[in-house]
Amino acid sequence: MEILEDKELRREIILDNYQNPMNKGLLNDPHYVRENTNNESCIDNLDIEIKVSNDVIEDIRFDGEACAISTSATSIMIKMLVGKSVNEARKILQNYDNMIEEKPYERGLLGELVVFDEIYKQPNRKKCALLPRDAIVKMLNRLDEV
Amino acid sequence: MNREDFLMLQQSDNIYLDNSATTLKPNCVVEKMVDYYTKYTSNIHRGDYDAAVRTNYEYDSTREVVRNFINASSENEIVFTKGSTESLNMVAFGFLKKVLKPGDEILINKGEHASNVLPYMVLAKEKDLKIKYIPLGEDYEINVSNVIKSITPKTKVIAMAYVSNVVGDIRPIEEIGKICEANKIYFVVDASQAVSHIPIDVVKDKVSFLAFSGHKMMGPTGVGVLYGKYDLLEEMDPMQYGGGMNQFFEDDLSYELKKAPLKFEAGTPPIAEVIGLKEAICYINKIGVEQIHQHELELKRYLVSELEKIDNIILYNKNSESGIVIFNIEKVFSQDTSIYLNHYNISIRAGNHCAKMLKDELNIKNTCRISIYLYNTKEEMDKLIEVLKNSKDIFKIVI
Repeated sequence: MEILEDKELRREIILDNYQNPMNKGLLNDPHYVRENTNNESCIDNLDIEIKVSNDVIEDIRFDGEACAISTSATSIMIKMLVGKSVNEARKILQNYDNMIEEKPYERGLLGELVVFDEIYKQPNRKKCALLPRDAIVKMLNRLDEV
Repeated sequence: MNREDFLMLQQSDNIYLDNSATTLKPNCVVEKMVDYYTKYTSNIHRGDYDAAVRTNYEYDSTREVVRNFINASSENEIVFTKGSTESLNMVAFGFLKKVLKPGDEILINKGEHASNVLPYMVLAKEKDLKIKYIPLGEDYEINVSNVIKSITPKTKVIAMAYVSNVVGDIRPIEEIGKICEANKIYFVVDASQAVSHIPIDVVKDKVSFLAFSGHKMMGPTGVGVLYGKYDLLEEMDPMQYGGGMNQFFEDDLSYELKKAPLKFEAGTPPIAEVIGLKEAICYINKIGVEQIHQHELELKRYLVSELEKIDNIILYNKNSESGIVIFNIEKVFSQDTSIYLNHYNISIRAGNHCAKMLKDELNIKNTCRISIYLYNTKEEMDKLIEVLKNSKDIFKIVI
């Protein structure tokens, strides 16, 4: 779906995911891998946990305090990644990273995450948008090591 | 007041309200440093040529200006450092490490900045000391009765900021100093948020050590001061060894260090910065610290009285007598508020302000901090108030 040429609609999606985020609250279940993620230059601080079985991401949850961009990016990412295989998730995350860093990317893979395609205009907020990505990539890498 | 003295204010419409982080620099400070770099660059204490003689004079005379500014007994009690953080670390690891014994107690409080907490935590682990916390009062302030209640026969150090960098309360330093003296407790005061806001008198306040940074008082970054009572400085060990701080050294490993303060200033010091600091103090003296404080307080009181009328603004430190106001907009993350204000060219700080234990007392991790200084105006407060009144559209700006 090509979405969101409409600024108002983009904002609504971001705001809705900030105010009613997906899967907020940790389960403390030993089947999850957990990672803390924070920005050195600002005060966003999130814990994200992920459950993978048979190479499929079964669940992702998060908690913590963060700005509208970080929180909504986490929420939208959770919606996008749950149910995907680890490889599919990696591909989405790599394309998301490319979009934020202004490199070529496959827009069709990113679903609602494309609401952040103009973040590059505010360079100090790129880190906010990348915060959940960093943690999830780290956790997927840890799973590989196991 | 004095806005014409700041090129940065002349060149931009920015409303700068992050003065607790660092202050703007008046033109005279910048020019003084440019002079050193363009007219008489030379090292100190080692040249016989004209430029070196001038540099020696400019550098060395700063000590007397600082001494007078905090009313120390001797200019030998003034050590130039990189800033408050280095000063406080020197006290912890050059002095307290030497004199404290396992089981001794250090009293701090949960409103302190990292630089007046972490050195003691590290030292406590190293030397098996105890860190105890003076409870904060109703307005998150330090009061004398809580200090008295917290002291035990094992209390050997009380360390606190003169003015908290978050709550902005002015601590009753003179009374606590008397208590420390009577109980033979070392009194370590971080005056980073106090110098250039309120008058400081280290003798009257009976402090053992006092630290502050140049850049928070209109001086340059990279320079600060450690004041120490002379006998304590003599007992204190340097953290760095090298040129400028030794009398002699021989191949049989014998050496002798210079006396305080020079034994703490190894290597080429930040010469331009020390000279710039002197100019900053002269500038402050010309205006008068009391005038600066009065101005900050007037603006703070006005701002608080107006912000109280806005329904969704939560204020945390209405009553403290400094230029610091901490607040949040209901249901808005502090960083989003700060980004919103930046859109209107207003600079404030969002976060925990390096006082990471204060969340236990405030019950909120992050706040927005407005910190007012002499060049801020009522018109600037009005603009800020107006923008905060209209914050219902905040996410249209932030997102």
